[in-house]
Amino acid sequence: MSSVSDWEAPNPVKDNRGGLIGKGVDRYEGPLKVTGTAPYAYEVQPPSPPAYGVMVGAAIARGRITAVDIAAAEASPGVLLAWTHMNAPAQPPRGTKGHPRSTQGSKPALESDRVAYFGQPVAFVVADTLENAVAASHLIRLSYAAEGHDVAFHERLDAAGQPPGEQDVEIGDFDAGFAASEVRLDETWTTPLQNHCQMEPCASLAWWEGPDRCVAHTSVQMVKPAQHGLAETLGIGRDDVHLLTRYIGGGFGGKGQTYDDLTLAALAARALGRPVKVAFTRQQMMHGTIHRPATVQRVRLGAGRDGRLNAMSMMTWTHCHRDGAFTEHASNFARSLYAAPNRLTGHRLVKLDLPHAGAMRAPGEASGTLSLECAMDELAEQLGLDPVELRIRNEPEVDPENGRPFSQRQLVRCLREGAQLFGWDRRLPTPGQVRDGRWLVGLGMAAAIRGNFLLPAKCSFSVDADGVITVRQGMTDIGTGTYTVLAQIAAETLGVPLGQVKVEIGDSELPPAPGSGGQFGAATAGSAALMAGMNLRRAIADLATGDPGSPLHAGDPGDVTFQDGVVAIENRSETLSDLIRRAAPEGLTVEGEIRPAQDAQKWSQQTYGAHYCEVGVDPVTGEVRVRRMLGVFAAGRIINAKTARSQLTGGMIWGVGSALHEGNPVDPRYGSLVNQDLAQYVLPVQADIGELDAIMLDEVDDKANPMGIKGVGELGNSGAGAAVANAVYNACGVRVRDYPITPDRLLAGLIAKGM
Amino acid sequence: MRINITANGEARSLDLDPRTTLLDALREHLKLTGSKKGCDHGQCGACTVLANGTRINACLSLAVMHDGDEVTTIEGLGSPETLHPMQQAFLTHDAFQCGYCTPGQICSAVAMLAEFEAGAPSPETPRGAAPTLSDAEIRERMSGNICRCSAYPQIVAAIRDAAEGRA
Repeated sequence: MSSVSDWEAPNPVKDNRGGLIGKGVDRYEGPLKVTGTAPYAYEVQPPSPPAYGVMVGAAIARGRITAVDIAAAEASPGVLLAWTHMNAPAQPPRGTKGHPRSTQGSKPALESDRVAYFGQPVAFVVADTLENAVAASHLIRLSYAAEGHDVAFHERLDAAGQPPGEQDVEIGDFDAGFAASEVRLDETWTTPLQNHCQMEPCASLAWWEGPDRCVAHTSVQMVKPAQHGLAETLGIGRDDVHLLTRYIGGGFGGKGQTYDDLTLAALAARALGRPVKVAFTRQQMMHGTIHRPATVQRVRLGAGRDGRLNAMSMMTWTHCHRDGAFTEHASNFARSLYAAPNRLTGHRLVKLDLPHAGAMRAPGEASGTLSLECAMDELAEQLGLDPVELRIRNEPEVDPENGRPFSQRQLVRCLREGAQLFGWDRRLPTPGQVRDGRWLVGLGMAAAIRGNFLLPAKCSFSVDADGVITVRQGMTDIGTGTYTVLAQIAAETLGVPLGQVKVEIGDSELPPAPGSGGQFGAATAGSAALMAGMNLRRAIADLATGDPGSPLHAGDPGDVTFQDGVVAIENRSETLSDLIRRAAPEGLTVEGEIRPAQDAQKWSQQTYGAHYCEVGVDPVTGEVRVRRMLGVFAAGRIINAKTARSQLTGGMIWGVGSALHEGNPVDPRYGSLVNQDLAQYVLPVQADIGELDAIMLDEVDDKANPMGIKGVGELGNSGAGAAVANAVYNACGVRVRDYPITPDRLLAGLIAKGM
Repeated sequence: MRINITANGEARSLDLDPRTTLLDALREHLKLTGSKKGCDHGQCGACTVLANGTRINACLSLAVMHDGDEVTTIEGLGSPETLHPMQQAFLTHDAFQCGYCTPGQICSAVAMLAEFEAGAPSPETPRGAAPTLSDAEIRERMSGNICRCSAYPQIVAAIRDAAEGRA
């Protein structure tokens, strides 16, 4: 097992002699994406013309399919097959693991007559063309016996229980501390169910190379579970599924797993002996893939007149599917954010017949900061304190729950620098004081926090006779910049120009990495790449010093330097390509591996930030416009200033969406979601976003990994919506605690205030 | 039905199901997969192409309605080796992340600037005034193209650079 101290040694990323680490270089795959030549899963050209599959979703939320009629569909022009649970190929029961170390069990499609949620794929048609498949899918007739569904979250809060294996966390005596506090706040917020709405709907293309080997292109954030799950479902060896996901049109957690498009494409391709591709429609995405569940959050804060918190509690009620176990841990971040001697946090889970809840960008923080960071704003007002100052007064010296030292914590610096850059001193503490034409203008702020993780990963590095370095890893790039940061790490580690590096990812036959999620991607995949790169340096140094034909011959391998495509020991040198061409014409390939340090848990590891926002509120219409927004973040060493900034600004805009736009109401009659497309599901568009920027502070977190980097993909989302909501209050004096803050809700408050 | 279109300058003759959308004709028949299917309902803009120079949602248009038309897709604007100035600007400003809305954004931006040059007003244009290419104008005119990665500030910066000849 490794220790954090193993990471203290110098390495090429830390040394950064070539200056590539931190540089905002253009995206590696950018030229392909801007020319439309990066093939996403549905666009890969298979070895022979594909057939087209279309799924049909259930029209009830819970019950049984009592009768099916596929005759008309089967007789429809061009139809190659039509399946329901009655005639779909046999598959192992859900969760079967024929291989004990599979990271995912079988995920059968059309497995039984049971309907577990509205929109669940219950029938499937394949035809020679997409048009024929769509037409035939409308001819399938299904009869149901509905069993009555339970989807009304807010009416079922009394049925909520502890999430499996969890307990509330209490430090000190919350009730006594709260009762004894001079200033108290006790408010409840609600957040709605949200959909990921990745631009690329989930899609898969599969074909078979012989009876026992399946090639499948899909759009998924994690390669290995997708490969293993498909192999278990198909009943073939895990290595007999070649799963590829080279380009992914957005994930945000919603593609952390595969769906029935993959299973059905593979099964149909096997049955028909030809490639089959299947895509979710946009409408099917809403029910057929996971969502961020709604929450109710009760926040209680007790403080002294000096603003120091004496008691803090955050309790979250949320929901998941009857058969699921996912919990939106909206209270977790509160355990590390502010000091208070008496603390109580926990979660309650209601099981419903809605589609499956799951992880969506910054799960926990994205929802949870929408309450606590507004509660802090309300408390600051009660105390007559500036909201920035209130947060600084409650800055803990160590993690307030577990007493561990912070590996790095620059929250106060984020708060202060943000305040200065944004012009926070111009904020008037009394709401409703600033007018600009028809607009009431207000400023708001909030803190951001998101945990940091490192997972096990492998990577391989090769060098060929042209001196080209190829990075290979079963990693994914969902728009996060993985291709680019791997190229930068490789180029810096081997001392070659970026143009001399190739990156191959998104392939189950490459060394495994955990994929994209939880903002652990760059740190995890990148650290494995650094290890592989250092191993390749050693192999090249050994090759050069051991080769009588090399000017470096008989030198100390430890003295070899790598710069500008040249290997050297002091003034003895040759190009990397000359060395490899002569001494190892077939090239060299080595692997590297990263594992979490066994003592990493001694530190509380987080990323931090501060959001500042200016909004305009139209008191006549209730319209809110985001005029200006700034985020200042501290998240370890930044590998690519350009792509990291994009991640952060993107996350901030997700916060704007959570505050003002997004939410999918449940239709209690059908157990369905009301908004089923991108016109109904309102999310931020270009005109919703004003001037918006993200700044990253200098930081190196040497407890995080050998590079001292952390993640940024979710940090920008954390707290951003609360800053918007606090700005709305400062603009017009109305607190809306039910998100999103839509004009109807805001108008009700404005009218109540006589505005 | 047989239709003839000029796709990216090349005359193409296709025998198509009359139900085939222009988007599916491009993607599935001409293998021009740069135009993306994000919603298939004209709500996201990922399928934006230029038909006789005008930006349209290719998913909302049947292919048979374009017999004789000149259609330009993202592949017709430039190649990885020879980027169109708008493509270069998107690359330079990191005006995309996952890349799936990007072809539509770029086609839309190219046509939007042409509309602007032709004096077409938008809701942002003061009544009776000639439009000026403010950030608000760009945002308004590009709001038919959704980017869930939310590269909106970078997209505005890229379009401004391209419009002002800096890309």
